Amino acid sequence: MVLKEIIQLINGELLTDGPVDTEIKFGCGSDLMSDVLAYVEDDTLLLTGLTNNQVIRTAEMLDLRAIVFVRGKLPNSEVIEMATDKEIVLISTNHSLFTTAGILYQNGLVGKTF
Amino acid sequence: MHTKITKDENDIAMRLTYDIAKDDFARAGEASSKIKKFLRQLGIDSSIIRRVSIATYEAEINVVIHSLGGVIDVLLKPETIEIFVEDNGPGIEDVELAMTKGFSTATHKIREMGFGAGMGLPNIKKCCDEFFIESELGSHTTLKLIFNL
Repeated sequence: MVLKEIIQLINGELLTDGPVDTEIKFGCGSDLMSDVLAYVEDDTLLLTGLTNNQVIRTAEMLDLRAIVFVRGKLPNSEVIEMATDKEIVLISTNHSLFTTAGILYQNGLVGKTF
Repeated sequence: MHTKITKDENDIAMRLTYDIAKDDFARAGEASSKIKKFLRQLGIDSSIIRRVSIATYEAEINVVIHSLGGVIDVLLKPETIEIFVEDNGPGIEDVELAMTKGFSTATHKIREMGFGAGMGLPNIKKCCDEFFIESELGSHTTLKLIFNL
């Protein structure tokens, strides 16, 4: 699924510049960074309510291309700048984690199996 | 698992060393990021870089959260990358327990930041080709991580 399509489906708002043509294969919803580090690969979209700089670090370590902040949560400018610097796309949605995951799942995005 | 960790300083092609300060969440992850960039510039295989990145980041966060401060020492050798993470205490009371998935001694404040899932040490071990840990209460904890090139 292409990131642009994902953004439309979840009524997302871009917090950084694109690219939005990135292919996303899996979704992962979590607020626990160690769980994300244990289980996630680079073609995964991270859905989270955590907006601190360590979310960007986690994404950087895993080569994640994009992060969706749910529940209308917004990171501060320092975090946005960090993400821009590392070419990680940040998106915000007002939907809850559950609903966001549900919308994407319904439209064909799957989670990883372990 | 309480082995005496040795550091062989022979055959080092390149070395990177970073100081990690206790509770420094603003900078936590910076060392791991630099190590990652450095390995990329050397053209090391990306799947190895990924494992090194996850392991060093988890270890770096552990030093920030749980220790009194420490050092990450990366030794690049012809056939391996050896990473030593050495802190100044307080030491781990039960290493076997600390290695258990889901076990964490993180405080409430730490959990609010998204840490404390209890996956750090297991994650690190999973990423390395060889993993050694040594700890002494009131003294130090040392990790030795080996990645085969």
